[in-house]
Amino acid sequence: MGKTEENDALTKNKPPTEKDILAELELKMKKYLRGESANLEVLKDKKLKGQLAVKEQLYGKSAQAAAKAEKWLMPSEGGYLEAEGLEKTWRIKQETIAHEVDISSSRKQYDIILPELGPYTLDFTSSGRYMAVGGRKGHLGIVDMINLSLIRELQVRETVRDVVFLHNELFFAAAQKKYPYIYNREGTELHCLKEHGPVLRLQFLKNHFLLATLNKFGQLRYQDVTMGSMVGNFRTGLGRTDVMQVNPFNGVVSLGHSGGTVTMWKPTSSAPLIKMLCHQGPVSALAFHSNGHLMATAGKDKKVKLWDLRKFEVLQTLPGHANTLDFSQKGLLACGNGSLIQVLRDVSGTQNYSRYMTHSMVKGYQVGKLIFRPYEDVLGIGHSTGWSSILIPGAGEPNFDSWVANPFETSKQRREKEIRALLDKLPPETIMLNPSKIGTVKPKREKPTKQEREAEVEAAVEAAKGMKLKKKTKGRNKPGKRVQKKQEALSRVKRPYLEQKIQEEENMSRKKQKTSEGVELPKSLQRFARKKASS
Amino acid sequence: MKVKVISRSVDEFTRERSQDLQRVFRNYDPSLRPQEKAVEYVRALNAVKLDKIFARPFIGALDGHIDAISCMTKNPSQLKGIFSGSMDGDIRLWDLASRQTVCQFPGHQGAVRGLTASTDGKVLVSCGTDACIRLWNVPNTSPVESDNSTKSTVEPASVFVWKNAFWGVDHQWDGELFATVGAQVDIWNHNRSQPINSFEWGTDTVISVRFNPGEPNILATSASDRSIILYDLRMASPVRKMIMMTKTNSLCWNPMEPINFTAANEDGNCYSYDTRKLDEAKCVHKDHVSAVMDIDYSPTGREFVTGSYDRTVRLFQYNGGHSKEIYHTKRMQRVFCVKFSGDGSYVISGSDDTNLRIWKAKASEQLGVILPRERKKHDYHEAVKKRYKHLPEVNRIARHRHLPRPIFKASALLRVMTDAKKRKEDKRKAHSAPGSITTQPLRRRRIIKEVE
Repeated sequence: MGKTEENDALTKNKPPTEKDILAELELKMKKYLRGESANLEVLKDKKLKGQLAVKEQLYGKSAQAAAKAEKWLMPSEGGYLEAEGLEKTWRIKQETIAHEVDISSSRKQYDIILPELGPYTLDFTSSGRYMAVGGRKGHLGIVDMINLSLIRELQVRETVRDVVFLHNELFFAAAQKKYPYIYNREGTELHCLKEHGPVLRLQFLKNHFLLATLNKFGQLRYQDVTMGSMVGNFRTGLGRTDVMQVNPFNGVVSLGHSGGTVTMWKPTSSAPLIKMLCHQGPVSALAFHSNGHLMATAGKDKKVKLWDLRKFEVLQTLPGHANTLDFSQKGLLACGNGSLIQVLRDVSGTQNYSRYMTHSMVKGYQVGKLIFRPYEDVLGIGHSTGWSSILIPGAGEPNFDSWVANPFETSKQRREKEIRALLDKLPPETIMLNPSKIGTVKPKREKPTKQEREAEVEAAVEAAKGMKLKKKTKGRNKPGKRVQKKQEALSRVKRPYLEQKIQEEENMSRKKQKTSEGVELPKSLQRFARKKASS
Repeated sequence: MKVKVISRSVDEFTRERSQDLQRVFRNYDPSLRPQEKAVEYVRALNAVKLDKIFARPFIGALDGHIDAISCMTKNPSQLKGIFSGSMDGDIRLWDLASRQTVCQFPGHQGAVRGLTASTDGKVLVSCGTDACIRLWNVPNTSPVESDNSTKSTVEPASVFVWKNAFWGVDHQWDGELFATVGAQVDIWNHNRSQPINSFEWGTDTVISVRFNPGEPNILATSASDRSIILYDLRMASPVRKMIMMTKTNSLCWNPMEPINFTAANEDGNCYSYDTRKLDEAKCVHKDHVSAVMDIDYSPTGREFVTGSYDRTVRLFQYNGGHSKEIYHTKRMQRVFCVKFSGDGSYVISGSDDTNLRIWKAKASEQLGVILPRERKKHDYHEAVKKRYKHLPEVNRIARHRHLPRPIFKASALLRVMTDAKKRKEDKRKAHSAPGSITTQPLRRRRIIKEVE
């Protein structure tokens, strides 16, 4: 017994062999390769093949370098919470966690009680350094989360429904009673966006510099905050809702409606890209995983569903209400309902979410907004009597990139970044369901099959038949004329298909003729064959 | 229970003193950068637009001649020296850096038609319509000496008088010989006042000559009977002759692939030929709307410059069917001669308006010292441009060039004409017996015959 234990200890302490390291690197490389390599075997062009092979090799090398950098150069490691023995992670209380972690981390657990100013909503900057809070009764504020100092607070003396940061902490937008407003960090009102009307939800698309709003009348508007132009203005036509979330992967805005449908919108089309029935009752919350493939919806039908956005299929259905949902950077899902908060985790990496942590607020607090703080293991909670913050180990990305989002940014770096972001501002047309399609070639359209073409003809004919004629003035509305007009329309619809058919037949016959010419005739008949013109 | 949460101390992630550099942390995880492809595309678009904004190829004009520039030659031993000869018999040596005349070589009566320098850069050979060849010792000039006020003049080292006017001259690569053309092709030595060898094939005037840079004994000439003739000095007679439909004004060997040469033709096209296979051009370089007067290859052999009677200078890839760049100014008249600079980064053109003009070979290139960060940025821009060059928007911006109105109209007219010709041919083909009409590709069409 003792011997085996010794052996175990030995194997544990043994440094990893080169093979292990290589295997680990291989695993990590996958993330940086961004998909499968191209199949070069099918290419006929040798030159192109060679060029592409060199390129693929280069991609492999850069992925390997990135994997190595991740393994050896990252300054911090991610958080975790492991149960020992009979413990269950979801039974571990915030107090016990606070005892175990260091002082600076335990300071991230707090409750701010402001009962008069009513349910609070929160938003973080992309680096997680600053938080904007908005109280229903008109209380707005910006908090520096590293020093835990209040930068500015103001009272606008009217209903505030939502707050959102623009591209950096210098500007934020608040959806107030009649219009949304843009304030700067000092609390000075910069703009009143009257065109948007009484807005319920705000979202900011960082890459596009678009402020998306959803107002009381179910109108979705996109405004470019750099130039001020209104990029899109769409009537959803599905009633009033305040469920709105941007998919960070592709910039598509999703709305959850009271009929149980979820619609996805882009600023360049007036019809939704996707309209999917998700619940048998009103949709109450929506959230997107940062990898873009996973969506969580919660409905009033007591269900939380996880969807695969590549196939638009349900992956998992969980029981329970949720007023608010949020995915963390590492893929934890937080659900808030009443005064109870549940955090779900995908343990095995197979998108099978199960309970990870729970937290119950003081009875009577109604959780209104859950939002994970980026690059930290912290969950921000906006509730009916203020806001709170709890620790969720393993929620945030441990390593930030200074050029992407830097929590310790100086003002000079911020200015530099703003300029760069403006130079890289994406046009609204780049919002699409699959953003990796940009820069690719449209595949060649294959010839439609006979059945498809027949179906097309039939559909066109049906459409022509269903055409409604205008009521003309007396004398021009004779039934004979009407019939004639309908027939004309029918023949007009059929004409291109018929022409195509005739053309094809001609081609076929010509081909047949050619082949028959090519056939060797018996010698006795050869003199009857058509002579070829001598060249 | 084991628990760990992310905890960053501010000291670890910020600098201690204000003199320290800011610390930079990288995380290359793609999930932190959503829509990276779109961002890259936008960067490519911006890079192309920036290229357009910074495309200011014209550097300066060198004025001093009082008649049209007829010929130029580089000084092979010096980067910044260039010789130019004009129609009034004036020859000047220019300092490209200060854009001033260093010295003048007076003596020719009538136009100077040909200029060439020996490979060591010590001897300049000039010839002209006065039937004289003059050899000059090129003075060694230091930049201090070359003041604007004291332009020195040089006396010819030797003068060879011959029977007929000359049209061109070229010096052998790394040798003693040079060839002049006019009524016939004469091979000369520096030390003898009579040609050591003469060739003749046909009766028409030969108008240009170029020695092969790889094989010093081979030279190519073009004549006004529309022929291109190849000579080998080791043989008694010319090697090969090819006749095209229009005259070749000038030709140039590709210095990196010396079996290939490109001929600047009167019909506005340039034709690249392989000497081993003269019945078909390797590539036809179209775009000029009038006769191409002169051509010169870049030392890299990847591109060449042409000057044309349509008052433009164009740059072509060695295998590109259309020009990648067009240079023009309002004041530039018919371009008679063009040269690439010795380092391949500038182009010099000489035109009818008595000026030499210096252009950048890459229109949007940044001149001067480029710091490493700047260089990196340029490289990145190049890479994204290359990656997205096929996309229509990027391609459109990269391809667009502003053309002077006459050239725009002339090229539109040319297009109409070629389209009409093509249509007519297609119709004729469709309505005649199959196989009775064959169309030649343009690479073959302009060649009449090849004679051995």
